[in-house]
Amino acid sequence: MAVKNRNVKIHIENLEKKFGHNEVLKGISTDIYEGEVVCVIGPSGSGKSTFLRCINKLEKSTAGKIVVDGTLINDKKVDINKVRENIGMVFQHFNLFANMNVLRNLMLAPVDLKKATKEEARENALRLLETVGLSDKAESFPSQLSGGQKQRVAIARALAMSPDIMLFDEPTSALDPEMVGEVLAVMKQLAKEGMTMVVVTHEMGFAREVADRVLFMDEGVILEEGTPEEIFSEPKHPRTIDFLNKVL
Amino acid sequence: MVQLINTYGSLLLTAMGQTLLLALWGLFFGCILGIVFGLASVVDNKVSRIISKIYVNVIRGVPMIVLAFFVFYGVPYGIKSFFGAKFVLTPLQAGTVCLALNCGAYMSEIIRAGIQAIDPGQMEASRSLGLSYWRSMFRVVLPQAIKNMIPSIVNQFIITLKDTSILSVIGFPELVNKAQNVIAITFKSFEMWAIVAIMYLVVILALQQVANALERRLNRGREK
Repeated sequence: MAVKNRNVKIHIENLEKKFGHNEVLKGISTDIYEGEVVCVIGPSGSGKSTFLRCINKLEKSTAGKIVVDGTLINDKKVDINKVRENIGMVFQHFNLFANMNVLRNLMLAPVDLKKATKEEARENALRLLETVGLSDKAESFPSQLSGGQKQRVAIARALAMSPDIMLFDEPTSALDPEMVGEVLAVMKQLAKEGMTMVVVTHEMGFAREVADRVLFMDEGVILEEGTPEEIFSEPKHPRTIDFLNKVL
Repeated sequence: MVQLINTYGSLLLTAMGQTLLLALWGLFFGCILGIVFGLASVVDNKVSRIISKIYVNVIRGVPMIVLAFFVFYGVPYGIKSFFGAKFVLTPLQAGTVCLALNCGAYMSEIIRAGIQAIDPGQMEASRSLGLSYWRSMFRVVLPQAIKNMIPSIVNQFIITLKDTSILSVIGFPELVNKAQNVIAITFKSFEMWAIVAIMYLVVILALQQVANALERRLNRGREK
């Protein structure tokens, strides 16, 4: 793919993160390009989620640089809330606002942050619900939805802010197997539409099919990266081979 | 007993009014203190968390009767001897201070626990959309937390109402204080304390009813 000609959307340089004495990320560098779909795979505890959460500063990095759309987000003077408006995030455990129905989940941020009037936000929310196939659930509360439905609402909620970048933190790991497909379908559609996506996942099939690039992480570093064919068909690093043998 | 009520009924009702007045002031300022220190104990700031913790632990560790004597007698005396200034508190002022400090400490714990019981993922999701910490707190976390807090808050209201009786010791003319006066005249200890107990009971049961109705109303919005 001619990925390299496109704009760098996220630039990460020597990213480090420590929790106390526990070094979780030990110098990560990579560039993520506009419209690129990057899947991050690796064993539990390898720092995948922490890496992802550093991109929108839900975790504060201890060292290194993260530049999103030209903004150095580690800079204390940067209004991180403004940056986050452009970065949607989908969580493993959905984290839908339990005190609001589906429609209000989608409308909260656009209306509160004055991105849209109530009417515009409602219209947009209904349109998004339609694209994730949940038009009939607009008035439902999160507690009444299945896992797969919750996650689709969560994706729609993130999209309601019209972000340029979407981060997915193991979006299907908490789902019953039969519901994984419906969520992945929505993500595939999103990838097709050209969204820049960083996806931490254990769904190797999805990574293989949708990713432009796969990062294999272990013990806080990117051990290997490449196209899905490179990583899945001819992995080079012994740890990658070992990991893929276990999960595939 | 009937005669007792006939003679002292209006006096006791007035005293009950004073009890409620004191309780309301105490609750009002107690709630403010509780919200301030409760929020201060959850924010990402070590200093505010420590200050909040000290406040709660000091108040929890001192019996209210000691606090009452300290505020009413101790503080004015202290100010007089250290600064030479004359400073006097009325029993209502001192009582309000005591109740508010006391109620505030327990409320702050209720609020802290209530907020911390909400899944941190709720805050994270809201922050990830670009909402600020306080916006997320007020739009997402607190509405959920308050619902869970209500039984404990009502409980604290009742305790604070009953705690007003302790302030009889600094001469505030609330129900217990007045009842003691009446007994000093009539010696009808059994009847008098029974009447006082029933008066508290009635008010508190009424308060409980209001609280139940409120709780039902708040629950209605969510389950549908």
